[in-house]
Amino acid sequence: MSMMQTFRRRIGARALASLPALLGVIVFTFVLMRVLPGDPAVYFASGPNAGQAEIDGLRHKMGLDRPMPIQLAHYVAGIMTGDLGNSLTTGQPVMHDIQARLPASLELTLTALGLSLLLSLPLGIVSAWYANSRWDQCIRTLCTICFCIPPFVSAIFLIYVFYYIFGLVPDPTGRINIFTPLPHDITGFLLVDFLLTGDPAGWREAAGQLLLPAVTMALFVLSPLTRMTRASLLTVMNSDFIRTARAMGLPTWRIVTVYALRNALSPILTTIGIVFSTMLGANVLVEKVFSWPGVASYALDALVASDYAPVQGFILLMAILFIMVNLLVDILQGLVDPRVSME
Amino acid sequence: MPSLTARWMSPAARFFSHSPTTGIAAGATLMLAFLALTAPWISPYDPLASDVPHALQAPGPHHWFGTDELGRDVLSRVLAAGRLDLAIAVSAVGLSLAAGVTVGCFCGYLGGRLDRLVGRVVDVLTAFPLFVLAMALVAALGNSVENLIYATAIINFPFYIRVARAEVAARRHLGWVEAAHLSGNSTPRIVISFLLPNILPTVAIQASLNLGWAILNAAGLSFLGLGITVPTPEWGVMVANGAHFMSSGRWWLVLFPGSVLMLTILCFNLLGDGLRDLLDPRTRT
Amino acid sequence: MMRGILDIDALNVRFTGRNSHFDALRGVSLSLEQGRILGVVGESGSGKSVTGLSVMGLLPQQASITGGRIRFRDQDITARTPRHLRGASIAMVFQNPHAALNPTRRICDQLSDVIQAHESLDRGAIRQRVIHLLESVNFPDVSRRMGVYPHELSGGLCQRVMIAMAIACSPSVIIADEPTTGLDVLTQKAVMDLLFRLSRERAMSMMLITHDLGLAAQYCDSIAVMQKGTVVESGSPANIFSNPQHAYTQRLIEACTTMHPAQPHPAGKTTSRKRRPLLEVSNLRKRYANGHLAVDDVSFTIAPGESLGLIGESGSGKSTLSRLVGRLLDPDDGAISFEGRSIGTIGAHDFFRAEQRPHIQLVFQDAAGSLNPRFTAFDSIADPVRRLGPARDPGALRHHVEKCAADVGLAPALLDRYPHQLSGGQCARVGIARAISVDPKLLILDEPTAALDVLAQSEILALLERLRREKGMSYLFVSHDLHIVRMICDRMVILQNGKIVETGNCEEVFQNPRAPYTAQLLAAIPHFRPASQEAAAATGTEFAGS
Repeated sequence: MSMMQTFRRRIGARALASLPALLGVIVFTFVLMRVLPGDPAVYFASGPNAGQAEIDGLRHKMGLDRPMPIQLAHYVAGIMTGDLGNSLTTGQPVMHDIQARLPASLELTLTALGLSLLLSLPLGIVSAWYANSRWDQCIRTLCTICFCIPPFVSAIFLIYVFYYIFGLVPDPTGRINIFTPLPHDITGFLLVDFLLTGDPAGWREAAGQLLLPAVTMALFVLSPLTRMTRASLLTVMNSDFIRTARAMGLPTWRIVTVYALRNALSPILTTIGIVFSTMLGANVLVEKVFSWPGVASYALDALVASDYAPVQGFILLMAILFIMVNLLVDILQGLVDPRVSME
Repeated sequence: MPSLTARWMSPAARFFSHSPTTGIAAGATLMLAFLALTAPWISPYDPLASDVPHALQAPGPHHWFGTDELGRDVLSRVLAAGRLDLAIAVSAVGLSLAAGVTVGCFCGYLGGRLDRLVGRVVDVLTAFPLFVLAMALVAALGNSVENLIYATAIINFPFYIRVARAEVAARRHLGWVEAAHLSGNSTPRIVISFLLPNILPTVAIQASLNLGWAILNAAGLSFLGLGITVPTPEWGVMVANGAHFMSSGRWWLVLFPGSVLMLTILCFNLLGDGLRDLLDPRTRT
Repeated sequence: MMRGILDIDALNVRFTGRNSHFDALRGVSLSLEQGRILGVVGESGSGKSVTGLSVMGLLPQQASITGGRIRFRDQDITARTPRHLRGASIAMVFQNPHAALNPTRRICDQLSDVIQAHESLDRGAIRQRVIHLLESVNFPDVSRRMGVYPHELSGGLCQRVMIAMAIACSPSVIIADEPTTGLDVLTQKAVMDLLFRLSRERAMSMMLITHDLGLAAQYCDSIAVMQKGTVVESGSPANIFSNPQHAYTQRLIEACTTMHPAQPHPAGKTTSRKRRPLLEVSNLRKRYANGHLAVDDVSFTIAPGESLGLIGESGSGKSTLSRLVGRLLDPDDGAISFEGRSIGTIGAHDFFRAEQRPHIQLVFQDAAGSLNPRFTAFDSIADPVRRLGPARDPGALRHHVEKCAADVGLAPALLDRYPHQLSGGQCARVGIARAISVDPKLLILDEPTAALDVLAQSEILALLERLRREKGMSYLFVSHDLHIVRMICDRMVILQNGKIVETGNCEEVFQNPRAPYTAQLLAAIPHFRPASQEAAAATGTEFAGS
């Protein structure tokens, strides 16, 4: 009971501790908006010939002539109410655009993370179990090579080989062929929505589109996950308590599962958190190559068009995602390792 | 029993004989550095000179790596791009190393509240999607080589603080540091002439690994059209440009810059891993 | 040939490296008889732990048995120790109990894992057995605390859990590999008494692997002394002590501080307590940032030429106190004065330029760790001379360093070596040479011999004794070992939880301890009394709540 209480208190403390980070990002984006080239008022003005009076009026209306702290307060208040400004390119509120595009990015990132874990955990375990054998060397070489191919290069080659040469995958643009009827929007995750609406053909179609971008990202983060699994498991396998377990005659499978894997989990969880954050960055590159209609490509298009409200919203979104993932990792960490929950 | 040959070999040479990969990586890195330094003299063509009649030629005896859509020689462009990318990576890593190690050493040594705050900020920063941060920085600073260097240096900065801080903090309470106090050394002196030489090997490993990462970031940003833009030869720009011609089977426009980029990153990573093994075989992963 | 319950016959074990190999055991023969306790004594690297691991079949991957036989009852277990024997018939207790238990599993679950591995019992029966086992190792408050994780327990309690695991399936042989290393003096005695009692009660045979000849002599029926992978001598403790055959055993016995009540310190009477004290510490207090009060209202004085012993277990604040006096840490409260001048108010970060800096020097516990890995022995010794001594030209500096090295018995050829090229004893000498190179008046010695092997330890102690006589320095000698302090010091101060519990002349404290804690410490010293050994062992009392 008291254990549960300390655990809950810990989650609360962690959530509180992430507030300064969030505040830091808000201030950063605020400053960024002020530093970015160009005056927002000029963009909102009626045209290139707008007079100084019109621009000044706009500045006043947008609050740009007020002192910085007050502007910051307005900005924070806006974020609290979900007001991130409007996009010039789409003409929609940024919040609306992000809501519409976030599921695409998340579907891609989470699928890639899942794929990568499915590959890296077994590879890491094999590598640690047969440490320094030929298998181990092969796996480590594979990982090193995967880690060194920039995702935009591997994406282009995957497309070249699997689409242009062998034609195994559909045209690698977007989440779905434009002629395929979209499922009823339930979660925004196409794979889930197709399943829920019972449309296997549509599901296959969406899965085919998702495959290459997800593999590109999964390969990119294969190395850190496999390496950490191997290293962590090796450390644990060489530790004193494994020797104790063997000296006490425990069965091997029990030593591996209950004693070794369980104790190796904690550093792997930390790495998953870092890898997720790397993937959020790699998302930008992969979404561009595959014309994936996610938040990253949205922000990139806006950036090229000097439309800064979406960029700002995107960075805030990344920060919030990053903070949430770290919180989740922290919570899992506490579940996995009793020493952590004690502080 | 150590063999006779091992006795006269230097420790480094002995290590490379045990770990040929690291030796090859070190050799390849030297080769890359050489090519980058001499690029303007050994390039067969001017990397910027267009020659439209010979556009989009496949690799052949005249153009080993083929030509691009304006007839520019891909080999010359890859060489020039290497010069630029390595310069960016080296200066960015150099900047962040110098600043990060200084801050990290003193924070780690002095400890206290400031150190805890710095540690907390660095922890948050290193886990942040740094590529996104770099994008924002380049967008804010404007497209130029210098700004790309600054952005890359800034996102590398926290790693050096972290390494230096952790290494110094681990040694702060060791006997020989306390003994240095007893011997009448001042704090700056202890940090500079006692601690710094002891943490340099670890920092060197971090630098080697970060060089690869810096190139990856610089090329990635350029690929997106940030930092360096056409027509400047840069690996990321070249890959982005060549991608348009992939569908018509012009693979060489992406393959050459892409694989040279990959090999460069591979070299730096292998070198970093090898150095780490050399320093401490136990941390091998 | 002897037929014991466990027989090791001419065992060879070889460690194979990348291009070298090393024979850890060379023809080791041992026999453990039913219900007896065999002590295997040796310094680190003598192969005593490898012997234990070979029996369990737990040798590391790079090691292999290249000859000889191990037999348990009538079964040959040389090639492989079957799983059903491990834990059930032959169990092992390891050193460093915190690391030897699974950190993410409750101790009751770890105990039931062991029982389940060897017996098929229902859950209720297993639970009963676990409770019973924990009770039999005197684990306090079993029903409430059996569900805790190892990190919530002290080292002594973890070792009790470890012992409970070892006896869970009533093995006939227990191998205890340095079971008390890393534990406090009082806990050490409690753990050894527990192991002894269990072994006698259950008629278990025990192989006690230790570096401490005195400990082995107190608890074992027979002793085997190992050196460099061979057994050099074996026999009953009384025989070995009264009539050691092998030169190595003789040196071990001579070096064994716990064996002969050390002669009262000879120089003790020469110092006059009337003179102004060299160091005066009053009402010193230090609280760490985490709230732990490490030093609480401590006062003492040291006269010129006097040697004061500071005794305490780990966590008693003795290291903190030595760093406060050595001006590496700032006290929160209280005064430190040296030759009548207050030095406690000079900040630790500024003390390097104080005129008293050369007069107060420190010798560290971990000799190798107290030398900068990038400095040669010469640089290490020369560093304080360069910073604190009068300006010298390179030739004079070299001469001075060589003189200091000669003072501590360090060959000039060793001066150009780096710490990793020196042995533990040589590193200790470099550390001492560095400290005396600026002619300090007060030398603080923080457990200077704790990390050394027995033989090196006795050499260093003799060296320190000689240096003090020759140079007339005062010592603040910090140690957990009452015997060593008695050999080196005039007076002693006993610290417990940051407070002084007793101060007095060494001999008086030994003869007539006033504080109960001192009496406990004195009782915990292993002493070998051939005549009364059986009786002492039979009544071996345990200290609760270790």
